[in-house]
Amino acid sequence: MIPELGHFALGLALALALAMAGFGLVGAHRGQARLMGLVPPLAMGVLLAVGASFLCLVASFVANDTTVSAVVANSHSLKPLLYKVSGTWGNHEGSMLLWVLILALCCGAVAGFGRNLPSALQARVLAVLGLIAAGFLAFIIGTSDPFKRVWPPAMDGNGLNPILQDPGLAFHPPLLYLGYVGFAVTFAFAVAALIEGRVDAAWGRWVRPWALAAWSFLTLGIGLGSWWAYYELGWGGYWFWDPVENASLLPWLAGCALLHSAIVVEKREALKTWTVFLALLAFALSLLGTFLVRSGVLNSVHAFASDPARGVFILGLLMLYVGGGFALFAWRAQAMAPTGVFAPVSREGALVLNNLLLCSVAAVVLVGTLYPMFADLVLGQKISVGPPFFNTATLPLAVPLVGAMAIGPFMPWKRARLWPALQKLWWVALAALAAALLCLALEGVRVGPALGFFAAIWLIMGAKADFAQRIGLFSRPRAAFGRALALPRAAWGSAMAHGGLGVTILGLAGMGLAVDRLALLKPGESVELAGYEYRLDGVVDAEGANFAARRATVQVLRHGRAVVTLHPEKRSFALARMTTSEAAIHTTWLEDLYVVLGEEREGGVVLRIHDNPLAPWIWLGAGLMALGGGLSLSDRRTRVAAPAAKATALKNPAVQA
Amino acid sequence: MTRKKKRLYLLLLCGLGLGSATALTLTAFQDNLVFFRSPSDIAREAPGPERAFRLGGLVLTGSLSRSTEAGRPLARFVVTDGAAQVPVAFGGVLPDLFREGQGVVTLGKLGPDGVFMASEVLARHDETYMPPDVADALKRSGHWNPNQGAAPPASSWNTLQPGRGGG
Repeated sequence: MIPELGHFALGLALALALAMAGFGLVGAHRGQARLMGLVPPLAMGVLLAVGASFLCLVASFVANDTTVSAVVANSHSLKPLLYKVSGTWGNHEGSMLLWVLILALCCGAVAGFGRNLPSALQARVLAVLGLIAAGFLAFIIGTSDPFKRVWPPAMDGNGLNPILQDPGLAFHPPLLYLGYVGFAVTFAFAVAALIEGRVDAAWGRWVRPWALAAWSFLTLGIGLGSWWAYYELGWGGYWFWDPVENASLLPWLAGCALLHSAIVVEKREALKTWTVFLALLAFALSLLGTFLVRSGVLNSVHAFASDPARGVFILGLLMLYVGGGFALFAWRAQAMAPTGVFAPVSREGALVLNNLLLCSVAAVVLVGTLYPMFADLVLGQKISVGPPFFNTATLPLAVPLVGAMAIGPFMPWKRARLWPALQKLWWVALAALAAALLCLALEGVRVGPALGFFAAIWLIMGAKADFAQRIGLFSRPRAAFGRALALPRAAWGSAMAHGGLGVTILGLAGMGLAVDRLALLKPGESVELAGYEYRLDGVVDAEGANFAARRATVQVLRHGRAVVTLHPEKRSFALARMTTSEAAIHTTWLEDLYVVLGEEREGGVVLRIHDNPLAPWIWLGAGLMALGGGLSLSDRRTRVAAPAAKATALKNPAVQA
Repeated sequence: MTRKKKRLYLLLLCGLGLGSATALTLTAFQDNLVFFRSPSDIAREAPGPERAFRLGGLVLTGSLSRSTEAGRPLARFVVTDGAAQVPVAFGGVLPDLFREGQGVVTLGKLGPDGVFMASEVLARHDETYMPPDVADALKRSGHWNPNQGAAPPASSWNTLQPGRGGG
């Protein structure tokens, strides 16, 4: 009964979404307030219907209803409750439903919070979102029905892939989708602006919070995914330039460019066409990511679907939305005349540079990701593009990006001079240089890490210098505290996000110095790595909730004193007939001690031991970036209508963010 | 600053950005494209010892042996596509899903002695999974068409073409 209800709710949602799209477009075109007035309630209806459908699926998973094929394929009665729930989106059908649920949430948010939007703009935005929702609902109902029944019911489910049974991964897809789908809203705003032929500061003020929210969630999602890969896959790496990872990085880069150029639209009414283009691009790349992951053209842990009909359907949707969006752009973009004029050296100019570099990085990553597929289809060559390509191609673009990132906030709007900005940063440069030299002195001539440390300190100190200048820490230190409190949260946010990237780079630079070693140890024997002594005490059998494990006890000593006892495991899941390695990680925040258990033979075990300096900082930095985005989002000026924002700005003339 | 001049600046900057991105991509492609080769490809034309490539096929049943050389554990196995075989040496922990008789993809360089020195071994899927590259290689060697159903049992791979190729 419950699955049928869910299925019915999906059909209802499709009808409501189509109605929303039709009423919104027609009503806004004819200027009929009554039709437009229907759109927000319809959006709420879509949200309710999709929400009900999703709850039905969750209920089926929790109750382990073995007449539902998605449950049989991906769940099991003995699985812990958290993984029963997260198993709902740990498979193709459920994850697509989650995608649409988040889209419906966005519709509901635009309908609910958007009451002070011009009603035609709101109707058009919701109509575009309705079109997108309808496409994906049709995709779910047509090719990947999560409520498909099987008869006779199976005895029990097949279980979830053990490497996906992890708390980090339970939240990774929802966060990532919040990011992907958030860009659907900026896309809808861009399409609405193109239809109306008008982009103004108010538009920028509406787009920026959505871009910020989407970007922050995407940052968290990517960070969480990378962290999961680090501790769960047990390869000691955190980023593999895997096509699926790239698929999430591409919208992140475009979204990062978008949220910066939206500032220019909001403050200066310049770069309008470009911002609209970026909004289209960010969602296009999000859809491309969905296509790459969901169509099964990639082989990776993420590729669930191998049904070609699904790939063709998503490709069709991709063509429709992206092609439609860009065709509209080509047709209507001239209508938006720029008004704000600025000199090349100015805050605007710095943001243009940021956009250019971010887009160049995105272009390089896109080519590297798609070329193997292209070569396979067109040239018939089996090729892969690995980390060396991405590292060599993106690093030269990332260096000027990071360089400009610390300088940009010191530039005033409209017209600036480079020299005064640089003068304020001399001590930052000095600190960064000292960090790089320290790295060279301690670790020998290693260009990559030294450059990384320079960039990290440059960004962190640069963010601090920016902050110190805004609160007048050096010019009027007594009033500084009060000024810090009065500073708009957007200023806190941007300093924190910029500094957060610096913290991440610090972690990356540290990981550049990581060492590992492989050792065959018998109980009682020990091996040394990076100043620590690892002693194997023994290997025993252990039982888990739904697995059996071999657990090693490794004593870590430093200068003969015990530091920590680590328990790396090898787990075998009888149900899935799979074995996974659980790395044992001990972090001192300055470094991670990371031990993986290998095979057992000759009375001993193979241990792979990694010493990863500064590793946790990578994800700490990602968290800071997302927090910075959240702080900016909570700024009064992004929440309330335009007049209040002006009043705040007048009260604090020193504030330029 | 006139609008015309501004536009010129912007266009120049865009050109610079795009140009450098293209140049970077092309130079990086030149050195870092990794080709996939099956054992038959290598039997036909062995790549030079400097060039890293991906070797894929099935792990020959009964070919896995582990030893310790110079303090480092070393695994040796043979990769086959039914028509030819290539011996592989790997100094590392084999992935959990590595099994004899199953598909595997390895990354590394071919040594002058004909032994493939793997720096990475990828076998990240469940036991019914066949990497597409490997499936394609098997199809080309004419031993199994993945469209015609599941792979023949792993134990029969050794005897399909006994004695052919280096081993």
